[in-house]
Amino acid sequence: MKNILRELESRRSEACLGGGQRRIDAQHKKGKLTARERIEVLLDEDSFEEFDMFKAHRCVDFGMDKVKIPGDGVVTGWGTINGRQVYVFSQDFTVLGGSLSETHAEKICKIMDMAMKAGAPVIGLNDSGGARIQEGVASLGGYADVFQKNILASGVVPQISVIMGPCAGGAVYSPAMTDFIYMVRDSSYMFVTGPDVVKTVTNEIVSAEELGGAKTHTTKSSVADGAFDNDIETLTEVRRLFDFLPLNNRAGVPVRPFFDDNARLEPSLDTLVPESPNQPYDMRELVKKIADEGDFLEMQAAFAGNILTGFIRLEGASVGVVANQPLVLAGCLDIDASRKAARFVRFCDAFDIPILTLVDVPGFLPGTAQEYGGVIKHGAKLLFAYGEATVPKVTVITRKAYGGAYDVMASKHLRGDFNYAWPTAQIAVMGAKGAVEILYRQDLGDADKIAAHTAEYEGRFANPFVAAEKGFIDDVIMPHATRKRVARAFASLRGKRMENPWKKHDNIPL
Amino acid sequence: MFKKILIANRGEIACRVIETARRMGIATVAVYSDADRNARHVEMADEAVHIGPSPAAESYLLSERILQAVRETGAEAVHPGYGFLSENRLFAEALAAAGVAFIGPSPRAIECMGDKIASKELAAKAGVSTVPGHMGLIADAEQAVQISREIGYPVMIKASAGGGGKGMRIAWSDSEAREGFQSSKNEAASSFGDDRIFIEKFITQPRHIEIQVLGDSHGNLIYLNERECSIQRRNQKVIEEAPSPFMDASTRAAMGAQAVALAAAVEYQSAGTVEFIVDAARNFYFLEMNTRLQVEHPVTELITGIDLVEQMIRVAAGERLTLAQQDVPLNGWAIESRLYAEDPTRNFLPSTGRLTRYRPPERALGEAVLRNDTGVFEGGEISMFYDPMIAKLCTWAPDRALAIRAMRDALDEFEVEGIGHNIPFLSAVMDHPKFVAGEVTTAFIDEEYPNGFCGATLDTATLRRLAAAAAAMYRVQEIRDARISGRMDNHEREVGSDWVISLGGQDIGVTIDADRAGATVRFEDGETHRVASDWVPGVSLAVMDVDGQRLVIKVERTPYGYRMRHRGADLKVRVQTPRKFALSKWMIEKTPPDTSKYLLCPMPGLVVSLAVAEGDTVEEGQALCTVEAMKMENVLRAEKRGVVARINAEVGASLAVDDVIMEFA
Repeated sequence: MKNILRELESRRSEACLGGGQRRIDAQHKKGKLTARERIEVLLDEDSFEEFDMFKAHRCVDFGMDKVKIPGDGVVTGWGTINGRQVYVFSQDFTVLGGSLSETHAEKICKIMDMAMKAGAPVIGLNDSGGARIQEGVASLGGYADVFQKNILASGVVPQISVIMGPCAGGAVYSPAMTDFIYMVRDSSYMFVTGPDVVKTVTNEIVSAEELGGAKTHTTKSSVADGAFDNDIETLTEVRRLFDFLPLNNRAGVPVRPFFDDNARLEPSLDTLVPESPNQPYDMRELVKKIADEGDFLEMQAAFAGNILTGFIRLEGASVGVVANQPLVLAGCLDIDASRKAARFVRFCDAFDIPILTLVDVPGFLPGTAQEYGGVIKHGAKLLFAYGEATVPKVTVITRKAYGGAYDVMASKHLRGDFNYAWPTAQIAVMGAKGAVEILYRQDLGDADKIAAHTAEYEGRFANPFVAAEKGFIDDVIMPHATRKRVARAFASLRGKRMENPWKKHDNIPL
Repeated sequence: MFKKILIANRGEIACRVIETARRMGIATVAVYSDADRNARHVEMADEAVHIGPSPAAESYLLSERILQAVRETGAEAVHPGYGFLSENRLFAEALAAAGVAFIGPSPRAIECMGDKIASKELAAKAGVSTVPGHMGLIADAEQAVQISREIGYPVMIKASAGGGGKGMRIAWSDSEAREGFQSSKNEAASSFGDDRIFIEKFITQPRHIEIQVLGDSHGNLIYLNERECSIQRRNQKVIEEAPSPFMDASTRAAMGAQAVALAAAVEYQSAGTVEFIVDAARNFYFLEMNTRLQVEHPVTELITGIDLVEQMIRVAAGERLTLAQQDVPLNGWAIESRLYAEDPTRNFLPSTGRLTRYRPPERALGEAVLRNDTGVFEGGEISMFYDPMIAKLCTWAPDRALAIRAMRDALDEFEVEGIGHNIPFLSAVMDHPKFVAGEVTTAFIDEEYPNGFCGATLDTATLRRLAAAAAAMYRVQEIRDARISGRMDNHEREVGSDWVISLGGQDIGVTIDADRAGATVRFEDGETHRVASDWVPGVSLAVMDVDGQRLVIKVERTPYGYRMRHRGADLKVRVQTPRKFALSKWMIEKTPPDTSKYLLCPMPGLVVSLAVAEGDTVEEGQALCTVEAMKMENVLRAEKRGVVARINAEVGASLAVDDVIMEFA
């Protein structure tokens, strides 16, 4: 009997060695942890339960029958993060370069099925050289099976991808369909075709880092939502993100004990909006001063800086924040900002996370680059996302809310629940200067008349009260009381239930 | 007594004058420029008058605008504060002509002391000791030697037209005087085209010590002890104290008597300051007299209990001094730290912007007294138009050691965010052994921080106390995090008690045992610390009790753990489980990117001019461009030889800190 028990121990130790000590050492030398070490860092201590530790591939071609490593290049299972359940797969680069075989894919699919049944999120730690070439189409089939699971899980349980090594070719499409992607700086990259193919086809010479490193994907392509210095910091930040997310689309947002006063007043916000309408200010300050404990987890911070997206907590419960950022491009909406915010709003709506929108938007960015790029359809994404969202929506207009952009930013007309404005708000079709040039074209030559008209227009519209008279604004609030008023608004909306008409699905302008 | 006075100033000094006036039952009028529309002094005053655009030359320096404000409001007197019009004779005269009292000395006193050479002559006549020297022309090297002997070595040989160290020699002997005279003369001729030379006493280990005087219009004059202001950077005072740790009673009496004699010579009738330079042997020499209230006057007020602004107002109203010299107390010790919006880690470059957080300490512990003179508030703006001083933080205690201790605590508790500031530097000075010993000279900052300031280094004992505090904080945070909703019942996370704390290059294994009153942190080497605190996540100022001692830390959560700021040090603190710590040894330390190929904008400012074009080869030290900030034109120079590959900024562009101005090949 003892021998039989010992047999399990020895098989386990063998499986835990993955591709062997030499390859583990090589992995460490690159500043990377092994698949199992990463899981240890990600999950609560001793909470991980592994599935399919002994699973092996079935390939016999190209001498593969002689290379069988238990687990087949991916560690799968479940555990907890701060006591909440999560399913995890972690690709093992030490085993055949983490290449994806049919059985490797089966293991991933299995935990995704389990996650769907249990209503728990899935976190994938990606570190794989690509398809298991020896298996040919079986490997491709494996990818597609994972893709299909990602698609069905989308909007049911949160899916987070962490890119911790190579992720190239078809492999990129699984993370691409998950909700959030984090990358490790300098040791991870993602691309559909690598530098060699790029060179052959387009004659461009580019390094893997430049083509698909963390910087590229967080600043240029917006494929990734965040990047961190090393494996440990990245996984620690994944834990932080996880704590903001519901377990599934019916679970509701997590609530944590909080150490902040929900009625905290911030007198300094009364001077946040500068005297001159052309002077920028940092909207992040407002977000942090509204948030519990000043804690703001920003997503896609390095991309489309003219709009901020991320999570805060109010009275311990997660809230998604979308805010125009006057510091960048005066906070206007453009293609990138619309895409970034639209996807974030849809994530929040899919998982019942209330949305706080902070508005200071002078309009859409003009220009041929924008029009040729399809700003009409991209802008429509954000409009669509806000309009279809049924979660609690609270909006605060701090300064400018001009033109179509006013409508887009969670206005009353798009079923905003609480629409507040600061006394500094200006809700109008456009700024005074532009409006006067159209309304009084005949007076354009007369500077005095134009100045008088401008003053008249400002007097009429450079305030929130015209909109308030019409009921488009529920109340004009003091900036220093914003946290208190917003927290109360969300508290009052805890019972909100709203449904859209039945449809197979909508047809958002993708 | 006046019913209403106008304060022709801004910032903290305007606020400070308003406070005293209010206490005396006098109505106050503030004046303000565009930039100060929402300033604290405007808020505090009973009335406020707008006097012009933001630049001081178009507002605070325009005496006509001030006079107009006086007329509009019917103010009976004007307090000028310091700077701006405070030492402007014409302004004082214009007020007198308008029948308005000037809360300051007479125009004559201002005029006499306004001229450096004339004031020295006046001082010499009044029997005040001045730096021995020879002002006349010197014919040859032998005469130079003779004069040097008369003055007494060491001497300084200087070019009349000199500046920036050129044409300047220090001589300790006849031969050095001979050589120095010749080389100074040559250098002066070639550098300035003017080879006139003069010689004066070279003061070794100089200290800046000044005497506060106070006079009335009835001929009464007293001195209110001294202030030591040796901690200076580029002639800007940074830390002042009263009394001076270098002073003895006889020197104080001698300096005081001379200061009063000088003041009497100009029939001085207000608060004024006579500045002296003092050498290692306590010889003191007159520098200049400031005919106004000094920035650092609070330290004098703290040790004497006399409100100088009140005295100035009273004597301006014609009242007699009620104090005689023998009634002037000298009680305890006071220190002032000037908080500047200057980033010490960026060579003290000015920083402007919004004060996103501004929380001065509330009170001092024990017998100590705290005073914070300020003109700003949280949410206010440090503008580029005026002096970058944020606040004057003062502590008083029965003795110097206690006053220093109170200042250390106060600096730790002072929260300023949104702009760069010098609090870490001030903290470092408060812990500097030479400062603690009172062994300072005007060269202190240059000598002790020759390469600038890049954060204080803490001793091991302090680091360990911080480590214990970090463990206790981490425990609180992790237990809270583990109480999130949606946990699997009966399978909750148990927060462990063994961690490794990494800070300041040390890794310390700890075990924490918590009880109702706090936590005991046991280090792997057997040392234990007792931590008590009510810190909870989100509190940016952690007030802890470690082993019965108070420990105040500015703390922020970061991806790596905590950023902790304490006593001028800025620390990255990691708290990890032993397993995670073991794994962390594989992590590669990321070196910050090499910025030597870029010219980065060192402060927010405006590009005034570009001195080079793309493709130019530049030499080390060559001027590349000029950036204007806080009315200062800063010339940025090449750090090394190179070729300008790209210029990213154009003239007129307004830049943020670290914006890339140009790239080198």
